[in-house]
Amino acid sequence: MDSVGSIIMYVIIALSIVIFSVLAVTARKILRAATYLLFTLFATAALYFQLDYPFLGAVQIAVYAGGIVVLFVFAILLTSNPGDNSEKLESKKRFTGLVAALAMALVGGYALCTRCAALLPDMQSAGMQKIGETLMGTGYQQYLLPFEAVSVLLLACIIGGIVIARKR
Amino acid sequence: MDLNILCYLIPALIMFCCGVYGFITRKNMIAILISLELMLNAVDINFVVFNRFLFPGSMEGMFFTLFAIAIAAAETALAIAIIVNIFRAAKNIDVREITKMKF
Amino acid sequence: MDATIQILILAIPLFMFLFLGLLGKYLSHKLAGILGTTAMGIVTALAYYTAYLYFFSGDPHFQDGTQRLQYIVFNPVWLEFYGNLHINIGFLLDPISAMMLVVITTISFMVNLYSNAYMRDHHGVFEKGFQRYYAFLALFSFSMLGLVVATNIFQMYIFWELVGASSYLLIGFYYTSPAAVSASKKAFIVTRFADLGFLIGILVLSYYTGVFSFMDFTSAPVEGLADTFKISTDTAAAVLVNKFTASPVPMFMGCSVLTWALVLIFMGGMGKSAMLPLHIWLPDAMEGPTPVSALIHAATMVVAGVYLVARLFPLYLQETAALEIVTVVGALTAFYAAMVACAQVDIKRVLAFSTISQIAFMMVSLGVCRPEYHHGVGYMASMFHLFTHAMFKALLFLGAGALIHAVHSNNYTAMHGLRKYMPVTHWTFLIGCLAIAGIIPFSGFFSKDEILTACGEYSTLVYIWMSAVAALTAFYMFRLYFLIFWWKEHKVHDPHHAPHDQPWCMTLPLIFLALVSCVAGFIPFGDFVTFNGEEHTFDLDWTVAGISLTVALISIAVAAKMYMKENPLPDKMAAALPRLWDWCYHRFYWDELYMFITHRIIFGLVCKPIAWFDRHIIDGTMDAFAAITNKASCAIKGLQSGNVQTYVWVYLIGALLLGTVTYICLL
Repeated sequence: MDSVGSIIMYVIIALSIVIFSVLAVTARKILRAATYLLFTLFATAALYFQLDYPFLGAVQIAVYAGGIVVLFVFAILLTSNPGDNSEKLESKKRFTGLVAALAMALVGGYALCTRCAALLPDMQSAGMQKIGETLMGTGYQQYLLPFEAVSVLLLACIIGGIVIARKR
Repeated sequence: MDLNILCYLIPALIMFCCGVYGFITRKNMIAILISLELMLNAVDINFVVFNRFLFPGSMEGMFFTLFAIAIAAAETALAIAIIVNIFRAAKNIDVREITKMKF
Repeated sequence: MDATIQILILAIPLFMFLFLGLLGKYLSHKLAGILGTTAMGIVTALAYYTAYLYFFSGDPHFQDGTQRLQYIVFNPVWLEFYGNLHINIGFLLDPISAMMLVVITTISFMVNLYSNAYMRDHHGVFEKGFQRYYAFLALFSFSMLGLVVATNIFQMYIFWELVGASSYLLIGFYYTSPAAVSASKKAFIVTRFADLGFLIGILVLSYYTGVFSFMDFTSAPVEGLADTFKISTDTAAAVLVNKFTASPVPMFMGCSVLTWALVLIFMGGMGKSAMLPLHIWLPDAMEGPTPVSALIHAATMVVAGVYLVARLFPLYLQETAALEIVTVVGALTAFYAAMVACAQVDIKRVLAFSTISQIAFMMVSLGVCRPEYHHGVGYMASMFHLFTHAMFKALLFLGAGALIHAVHSNNYTAMHGLRKYMPVTHWTFLIGCLAIAGIIPFSGFFSKDEILTACGEYSTLVYIWMSAVAALTAFYMFRLYFLIFWWKEHKVHDPHHAPHDQPWCMTLPLIFLALVSCVAGFIPFGDFVTFNGEEHTFDLDWTVAGISLTVALISIAVAAKMYMKENPLPDKMAAALPRLWDWCYHRFYWDELYMFITHRIIFGLVCKPIAWFDRHIIDGTMDAFAAITNKASCAIKGLQSGNVQTYVWVYLIGALLLGTVTYICLL
């Protein structure tokens, strides 16, 4: 039996995820959409905190909310005027989108509802030291190689970004 | 009242569907990218939730998410670089105008 | 016995072909000509030496008392299949191959020498492709020599095709002229068709006998001497008894398989030797350079058919039905070609038809040869005529070449009255004409007389028929002679460019061949070549000789009356017999008949439906596949709209459907 506090917390998080997600894809001003995305990401971070993954939540805030969204904002400012409204959607377009989304929801929801019914087990939040060891270790279920791969990827990405975006 | 796994998965599913909807309907390429981030985020949540509910002792889900976030960051950076470039070339980032790559 | 000389006889022309063919364009024209001629001269000397050794040395390998033997100089296996089924490339020395060596190398050397001057224009500029011409001449010489010394029927077939190929190349030497190209193709296709019969004949013969070697068909080994054989009708009879008449007798359409095989082999000979009805290629082959006509289409290659029958003669003797076919075909061809030759305008065509007629003489002579008639005089006469004909017909062709070179036309209408301008050509041509007409003491008299004797022994009908042909021969040759050298004065427009005799390397071969034609008749040929190798002295039958001489003289007198001076008599005669004249002039419409058969019947009734089937059914099916693919891609290419969102939508729906299906099926 979960505490009332955690249930209230969950409801807030779940509601904000749903609401801000919907807003992020329906907002007509692109900058607002980015802002709603930021809120969604924050809510996700909160979800991670609630599920006892503080490190993950911190990464989510730092990288996603702090990094990617800023990137978005810059890109938006570079490519459009802040006052621009996107045109109204054609109904046909909206219909196809809705069909796809609802089909996804239907199939996914059906699969989830018929298969998943686990309750929240107890778990000790993993300490920083353990996370560090797992990330940097070379043993079983340790992730030095992917870590290095990601670091190379990010490097490539930096270079790629510069090469693509620089003025010729 | 207990919070079972579905309570976490359903919002993630809704987030994913929003991403799908946005991807298909938005015209602005950056908005499409935002929808993409939403989908990616929903998937991240799924990893974490399954890890937490089904295998509380191990940390695979968490690390998967961690790497996914890193790769998402890289992917976004590149995508935005491409978009900026397209904008420079076409003065426009409406995805319906960029249809050169066809038959 | 050392085989070096014999190897060289084959190797030098082959080497010259490769050398001139590959490196010729780096040599000067003159050097190429000299090299080719010198090489041929060396081969000629070697061949003479070989023939001398064979006929006169009295070596036990070559001669057993009065019987000449067959000796295999070398015979390595060239292609081995299995067991005794292998193809050898060898060198067989026997009376006819030694004689052919002399004939081929002599004519070839003369032609090589002659071409040095002929293949230039009046300013001494060489023809384009001069080196190629000499390379092809060398190839031809090699092939022809390889053909006559073949030890087995398959080697003969290989070289048979090679001479066909070199003939094709040389007829089409002036490949910029469409007439030459179509003539070369015609020659190739017609002889190819005949060779199909030859090949089937070889296969039938070898299938039933299991051997390829001529020795196994016609000769018996001589005891105590390796590689030495003597011609034996017993072997041929044994072939017949052991292989063909073993029970049950293999029969096909009422004839024994051996008859079929021999007739089919003879069909190959008919094609090469231009016998009716496969003669149509030879007149057209005159599109090639004239020396080539002299070498290939008069003296050597076209007698390959005769040589083939002579080579297998003991086998033919076992199947007289096949020999009778040879006789009938030869007799018809001889008469036909002589008739046609009387009405041709192009001097090379006259000579071509004359060649056909004379080869038919040889064929008839072989066909009527039986051992019981006068010691098989027909075989000897045939080979004798082959020899003398090669000399005088090469002479006539080379003379015609000199005339053509002088007046730049093939038609006698452009010549007339040339005797004063070209005395050497005139006299040598006259000797050639006298020889072919059969006037004593020129060579043709003797050989033709012996052929007529052989015919007379066989049947009076054949004798009278062939005598009539001989009369026609004398008539058309002297018609040609008078029309070229007499008829009326030659019109000379420019005294500086009057026709004149040619340089020495063209007149020398003429004089040499004329001398040979004068004396060759006195060679006691029976001492050298007989059907079984036994020396035998044939005496001239003076009754026959007198009759044929009279007939020939009458024909010449008629020709002189009609053509010596310009007069309206020939036109009157043509007008009096318009039908006959037309038929002769148009060669009895054989070409038209072939055109009708090939175009109307084969192309129209067989090929057109096949082509239609190919175009519409086979191609149509493939085209339909292509069209369906094309249409389908056009129809669905709209899906690749370049619109990413549509792709995602389609992908997502597809993935969902797939997921649903999997979910339902698996769980």
